[in-house]
Amino acid sequence: MVVTDECLEMIAASFRNFQVLRLVSCDGFSTAGLAAIAAGCRHLRELDLQENEIEDCSIHWLSLFPESFTSLVTLNFSCLEGDVNIAVLERLVTRCRNLKTLKLNNAIPLDKLASLLRKAPQLVELGTGKFSADYHPDLFAKLAAAFGGCKSLRRLSGAWDAVPDYLPAFFCVCEGLTSLNLSYATGALFHGMVMDLIEDHGLAVVASSCNKLQELRVFPSDPFGAGFLTERGLVDVSASCPMLESVLYFCGRMTNEALITIAKNRPNFTCFRLCILEPHTPDYITREPLDAGFSAIVESCRGLRRLSISGLLTDLVFKSIGAHADRLEMLSIAFAGNSDLGLHYILSGCKSLKKLEIRDCPFGDKPLLANAAKLETMRSLWMSSCLLTLGACRQLARKMPRLSVEIMNESYPLDSLPDETPVEKLYVYRTIAGPRSDTPACVQIV
Amino acid sequence: MSTSSADSSPPVSGLDYDDTALTLALPGSSTTDASDRKRAGAASHADKPPSPKARAVGWPPVRAYRRNALREDAAAAEAKRLVKVAVDGAPYLRKVDLAAHGGYAPLLRALHAMFASCLAVHRAGEGSEGTAAMRLVDSVNGAEYVPTYEDKDGDWMLVGDVPWKMFVESCKRIRLMKSSEAVNLSPRRSFK
Repeated sequence: MVVTDECLEMIAASFRNFQVLRLVSCDGFSTAGLAAIAAGCRHLRELDLQENEIEDCSIHWLSLFPESFTSLVTLNFSCLEGDVNIAVLERLVTRCRNLKTLKLNNAIPLDKLASLLRKAPQLVELGTGKFSADYHPDLFAKLAAAFGGCKSLRRLSGAWDAVPDYLPAFFCVCEGLTSLNLSYATGALFHGMVMDLIEDHGLAVVASSCNKLQELRVFPSDPFGAGFLTERGLVDVSASCPMLESVLYFCGRMTNEALITIAKNRPNFTCFRLCILEPHTPDYITREPLDAGFSAIVESCRGLRRLSISGLLTDLVFKSIGAHADRLEMLSIAFAGNSDLGLHYILSGCKSLKKLEIRDCPFGDKPLLANAAKLETMRSLWMSSCLLTLGACRQLARKMPRLSVEIMNESYPLDSLPDETPVEKLYVYRTIAGPRSDTPACVQIV
Repeated sequence: MSTSSADSSPPVSGLDYDDTALTLALPGSSTTDASDRKRAGAASHADKPPSPKARAVGWPPVRAYRRNALREDAAAAEAKRLVKVAVDGAPYLRKVDLAAHGGYAPLLRALHAMFASCLAVHRAGEGSEGTAAMRLVDSVNGAEYVPTYEDKDGDWMLVGDVPWKMFVESCKRIRLMKSSEAVNLSPRRSFK
């Protein structure tokens, strides 16, 4: 979403009691807008900037929080690129005694992290930014001591360049951690089989130390690489963390056996999102599709609410999901299935399904039209690069007036195009207000 | 429904898919059946030839922001700009990768870390915008060091005058010069 500095200035000027600003995946604003918020919102409790593209105007917005300002509970500037005045940050952190969440950006070096932690031992959630440095015993000791003082720390995130070296520094907080969000950045470690093991091993060490973990997210260091984590890391985590409910895991390879083991270990999963980086990747040992593995997940995890599947998959997996995933609310599918049946299994099963997103699957018009009524029980359906035709979408729209059928095709307007025209992107959602009037040019409602 | 692959899904009771044509592709595009599509590998459409480096748009599902951040990391890791760093009086030189740092401040922090045994970073006080003038100081005798560099023309310049990216391009080597010798360089400036 586009947010301008003018918007932020308007907010700061108009709402004297403004308390919570949370911007996720936005762009269009700069540190000037943040300066207006800092200067104007005297009762701000949360400034939560998640993954935004923020222009750096070299305005030191942090300094604009007045000395009398103490109300901050959440401060997340992890997505900010530029330097931050650390002395100002330290003073801010010191005087905001209710600060519970602090997420730093890359510009904060590790030794400053240690001193910040000492000033805010009450933190519940910490984002370390770039946890990178050459190993220095002094720094290690400082960090370990600082983490040791944070008795309430429960959620940890950050990008770690030197995981094995500094891991022990926060072992003392691992016991209490319920959520871990890791991005492994590239570094000298990552080449060849042996290093893969170290990677999984690093994760295993984390897992065994953080046995209260409820949520784990591991992102790929190189989204276009082979993937440095394997099935071993996830198996270890599933075995060591009995309270683990939610997983987001990017890896290079997987086996049915591993997934079956994971399913047996953790029937309490509510969210299981597995992304094998290369599409259509089979079980790397048996070369079979991963149908059996994901079937085991849905059969075992009866409370599963969110599922993302990947790897080589046939219609069989959808039969299992349709039949067993009764509580599933959100399903993400990519490069999977071999016929219309796959989609039909999902739409005719999955009693609780609310959001379905599909890309690059061989699903066509028939299951969509045959299950049109199901779409009205859902929040939304997204299908891109599948085998839908414009004619079917027109038919769907005629048949279901309480659905909004939106199409995004390279060529528009659609009105003149024949029924056989392939649909590139489809977004369907229920509405009682009729078609919206604010569609951008690329979106057309049929 | 495909009858060619025996292990694909059996007919669903109550629904007769045998009527429907197996070739699900649309008129005008090349027709392939399901098993061909499976063999096509990573290609996002069946009629594209599989290529080992074929990358589907928006895959893997990593948010653009995070993908850019990681790509910068990856690119930076590959495109090193290693230059020699000499400190007056130190017994040996070091090398630093300019491309690994985002600006002057991180670079000076790194230089400090490299020569930590003999140097401390001193903040000469804060400017009106909160920037700190950084000097490297010998913690034993208090001598100050000024960061200088040799540029493409062979001239010795004071670090910090030009935009960071320009500096990275033109810097050939770095010398931390004792400030008593740096008297003839341009006047001290604070830099971010």
